[in-house]
Amino acid sequence: MTHATPETLEAEARAQLDALLARAEPLKAKDRLKIPPQPMPSQPAAVRRGNIEEVALGFGPAQARLEALRCWQCKNAPCIEGCPVRIDIPGFVRAIAENRLEEAIAILKRNTILPAICGRVCPQETQCQEKCTVGKALKDVNAAVAIGRLERYAADWEREQGCAAPPAVKPETGKKVAVIGSGPASITVAADVRREGHAVTMFEAFHKPGGVLLYGIPEFRLPKRIVELEIATLRAMGVEIRTNFVVGRTRTLRQLLDEDGYDAVFIGAGAGLPKFMNIPGENLVGVFSANEYLTRANLMRAYDKARAHTPIYPSRKVAVLGGGNVAMDAARMALRIGAEEVHLVYRRTEVEMPARVEEVAHAKEEGVEFHLLQNAKRILGDEYGRVKAIECVRYELGEPDESGRRRPVEVKGSEFVMDVDTVIVAIGNEPNPLIRQTTEGLQTSRWGTILADEATGQTSLERVYAGGDIVLGAATVILAMGEGRRAAAAINAMLATR
Amino acid sequence: MHRIVQKRQLSDEVFLLRVEAPLIAAARRPGQFVIVQADSEFGERIPLTIADADPAAGTITLIFQVVGHTTHRLAALPEGGAIENVLGPLGRPTHIEKVGTVVCVGGGIGVAPLHPIAQGMKLAGNRVVIVIGARNAKLVILEDEMRAIADELIVCTDDGSRGRKALVTAPLKELCERSPKPDLAVAIGPPIMMKFCAETTRPYGVPTVVSLNTIMVDGTGMCGGCRVTVGGQTRFVCVDGPEFDGHQVDFDNLMQRLRTYKPREDELHERCHLELGIARLEGRRP
Repeated sequence: MTHATPETLEAEARAQLDALLARAEPLKAKDRLKIPPQPMPSQPAAVRRGNIEEVALGFGPAQARLEALRCWQCKNAPCIEGCPVRIDIPGFVRAIAENRLEEAIAILKRNTILPAICGRVCPQETQCQEKCTVGKALKDVNAAVAIGRLERYAADWEREQGCAAPPAVKPETGKKVAVIGSGPASITVAADVRREGHAVTMFEAFHKPGGVLLYGIPEFRLPKRIVELEIATLRAMGVEIRTNFVVGRTRTLRQLLDEDGYDAVFIGAGAGLPKFMNIPGENLVGVFSANEYLTRANLMRAYDKARAHTPIYPSRKVAVLGGGNVAMDAARMALRIGAEEVHLVYRRTEVEMPARVEEVAHAKEEGVEFHLLQNAKRILGDEYGRVKAIECVRYELGEPDESGRRRPVEVKGSEFVMDVDTVIVAIGNEPNPLIRQTTEGLQTSRWGTILADEATGQTSLERVYAGGDIVLGAATVILAMGEGRRAAAAINAMLATR
Repeated sequence: MHRIVQKRQLSDEVFLLRVEAPLIAAARRPGQFVIVQADSEFGERIPLTIADADPAAGTITLIFQVVGHTTHRLAALPEGGAIENVLGPLGRPTHIEKVGTVVCVGGGIGVAPLHPIAQGMKLAGNRVVIVIGARNAKLVILEDEMRAIADELIVCTDDGSRGRKALVTAPLKELCERSPKPDLAVAIGPPIMMKFCAETTRPYGVPTVVSLNTIMVDGTGMCGGCRVTVGGQTRFVCVDGPEFDGHQVDFDNLMQRLRTYKPREDELHERCHLELGIARLEGRRP
């Protein structure tokens, strides 16, 4: 595959855009269908494997306008139905098409406070873009209007202008809200509650705020300066951020409410203990949860071997178990750390993979080898207890299960051994256990997630709300943000009557 | 930032820092630990046990042996200096109740986390017998503090330069043979010591608690790096521990896992000796 430079893509787009703008008659639907979907400019695969910089470079101005012109501006706007936070998608896309970027960003910000992040990490192909009429007309969801890339474009434009003013904050109300965690749900709650004039303290266990945006999603997919800017915005609004503070241990949730004077608490503590396969050999040296591997690489910056003191396992051949975004992130990070071979083992097929289409494509381009319809059965170690191989078994697809996906069935006698020195397990997380263990009366599900009202985030305890992965299990940034929005509205309403 | 209000060198390799951390000082209970990071940008996060706390003064006491990069950096900090990040208290507190006679065995730096546990056991009304061991007299720490708590104190060194010339397992075995035998043993020290303490008490059926110090990143139940095999099950030291039934812990797996980053640690160790200008310590344990 040849690699087109950003300059080439922009020049091509510029020529097509100029031709379209020069036309006297307005664009009809069939004209819009003829505009080719704009490819995302990116670092060449061979280059980016060796660095940590962002892979997708973002549309140029002509590419963005051209892509936006592909939108039919459907009256019924099915894309909005697909968006968890109901962004006015035709509105902001049209503003980009007409080169009114300030308006585009204003429309986005009515519903999302993190467009630069969501534009990069949302699974658009199963949300807004899945519903897109253009994609349907072209019978290919990947040919839908690139809503996510346009969202990113508008947000990046605003950031580069340096004109993003922090949202206005109403006069102080004298009321105090504690926000536990600093990931997407918590950032949203902090901003929305602070806007109403309530004092907000955000508690983060790590030494830096940002949650999964910092420790989980790698730099090459979400540059940390973007997360830092969102945090800086919160600080500029007057949100107090306390790092190195783990609620449940440093102070309990009850102490925050009863002794420290908080009028409400939002729990956005996120993911907890990593799930393992429960197969023999999982505690061998060289087996890591994706959480640990990525935290070392991202938050602790172990990729910077000259400067970081946090070590990361020196791997030559890596097996990654799982098929989600986290599995892709771990596999691609392993390449960047210096692994010669990375094998991704997933027991279903690519169609069932929960990872974003773009991440799967990027992983393949970078040389991650996909082993589909296979599963790890046992990890084998040497005499020092270090991983030396993994035994896998082949699967075939059987009848659909309750999720509608065809259930993978083990093919008896198909076991085989693959030599690897590292295994990264990326099959999800349990919710964080600390708050559940240390808060009496807080009701949880049998999976350990906190039970919260869908519309308000209200938990079984008065003045205590929750949202994000701690409620949903493993979900997405945008769903966490949506939950944060609803919880913040409920907290603001409750505080107004208090 | 956490100001260092007191610094003492307890032995060639062991340092004591009393650090301002009012919330941790108020909340901590015996058996708990903190995660410390010397700098936010490139520093590593390491677990250190809390040797003591003074809630009124708002300070906690950390006692550590210089082994890796961060402990060297901490050892180089002056009194009045500050540690950038301290998180805690972490882990489940020790289960303390009156059971009768409790033998507390501490090896090397393990005497530090044992100190608040022995204190708690004594306060709960137990008869407390304390065994402390070290390679030589210079490495014996907290002897006076432990004597103040103990109903009976036994000091032993590998070379006989202080107390008995014995490994801690020798007096532990004798104590198990007494009648009545101890009701509980608590052993904290290097994994190999805890392993043999557990083997010593096993035939006598003396319940034995060990406190594990493993590799950790977050310390709050997220990374899973601290997992250990206990009774055939995977457990997490940071949220299920740090204390476990010593008769159930797979120490061999624990020791292998502790060596995960050994080559890298050795490289960093060399480098920080050069950077920090610390003289090579003789007889450093691997």
